[in-house]
Amino acid sequence: MGEEVKLFAVWGSPFSRRVEMALKLKGVEYEYIEVDLQNKSDLLLKYNPVHKKIPVLVHNGKPIAESVVILEYIDETWKGFPLLPKDPYQRAMARFWAKFIEEKCMPALFKCAGTEDREKAVEEACELLKLLENELEDKKFFGGENIGFVDIVADFIGGYWLRDIQEIVGVKILTRENLPKLCEWSDEFVNHVVIKENLPPRDKLIAYFRTRFGPKP
Amino acid sequence: MASDEVVLLDFWPSPFGMRVRIALAEKGVKYEYKNQDLWNKSPLLLQTNPVHKKIPVLIHNGKPVCESLIVLQYIDEVWNHKAPLLPSDPYLRSQAKFWADFVDKKIYVLGWKTWSTKGEELEAAKKEFIDCIKLLEVELGDKPFFGGETLGIVDVSLIPLYSWFSVYEKFGNLSIEPECPVFVAWAKRCLEKESVTKSLPDQDKVCDYALWRRKVLGYE
Repeated sequence: MGEEVKLFAVWGSPFSRRVEMALKLKGVEYEYIEVDLQNKSDLLLKYNPVHKKIPVLVHNGKPIAESVVILEYIDETWKGFPLLPKDPYQRAMARFWAKFIEEKCMPALFKCAGTEDREKAVEEACELLKLLENELEDKKFFGGENIGFVDIVADFIGGYWLRDIQEIVGVKILTRENLPKLCEWSDEFVNHVVIKENLPPRDKLIAYFRTRFGPKP
Repeated sequence: MASDEVVLLDFWPSPFGMRVRIALAEKGVKYEYKNQDLWNKSPLLLQTNPVHKKIPVLIHNGKPVCESLIVLQYIDEVWNHKAPLLPSDPYLRSQAKFWADFVDKKIYVLGWKTWSTKGEELEAAKKEFIDCIKLLEVELGDKPFFGGETLGIVDVSLIPLYSWFSVYEKFGNLSIEPECPVFVAWAKRCLEKESVTKSLPDQDKVCDYALWRRKVLGYE
């Protein structure tokens, strides 16, 4: 059929990993192109002139930017393993929680790794994650019996990123005490047959976080 | 469809609320409009949007949908018999969603800064605001609307800004038309649509509201 799928990504980025998870869950073959964020290629700037960021998916020469937009595109183009539900109301709910994770949870979690007013930042992050946990209820995944749109967008929380940052920085956010259901979900997430092959190499991630967030000598 | 109950929790100067009004009008959906007091939030608002406690909230047969762009997509999927807000081709859909997201991330934030900041921050915001509008002009190209011949999700997301133009120009000391004539021409075409004119409040009323907010927030 001559399908050409390329992905401009960064090995440690939860944003580009989301796209990889979606492609792998749907069994789509793609060419991975690692981007040097300190030295962006002309090709990346050509495909994402507005934001100049990764991830960018290029399908048969046509670029799509913004990870959540890319996820919806992938879901509409490759029908196997649907990520979003069929019902319009359920779809609206999934989009709502994906947006909540993206615009509220992630910035709050990054703040916890900063040095300003850390205690307050951790309190706020825990409150936000509690709301997310309430949405999960007793489901195995946000998507129900299997991984869905919201689970993938929550990869930073479910994967090793948050766990490793909180250990290196020395904060307690996602713990079995605080957020037992979310912890259980994150275990299911990292053990999922496809997801576990698509997380960044853990030792490399820890080393990166140590440099970026660890105590300075 | 006959027994559909649609309620919109809104606040008259909100551009996010205006988006939903336009979409419902485009689709010919009858609904009950409930203006909210944002400084004394109703139990209904707190119950239907407990996470953000914000408007707009669309309540369809008792089930609430929040976040204006998500509401627009919901409206498009449920009332899919007329006036599609998104094209059917997945690539074109992705581009429309990208630009609607751009409008949210850039235009609204920068527009807000033009009436609520001062000095260097204001000057930087003004410049970036105009640059972003110019990017949208390039995206529009020769088309009458971002949606092509009819209003699409980008048009519906962006046109509410127009009711706030007099605010940006007055408090930000901006002059939009000379810098962005293509954009203003597009806005005027949108204003020829009944769904838009009946959803946008008068620019003077919006200005009075902004003046009051500036005083309350201590910007004056």
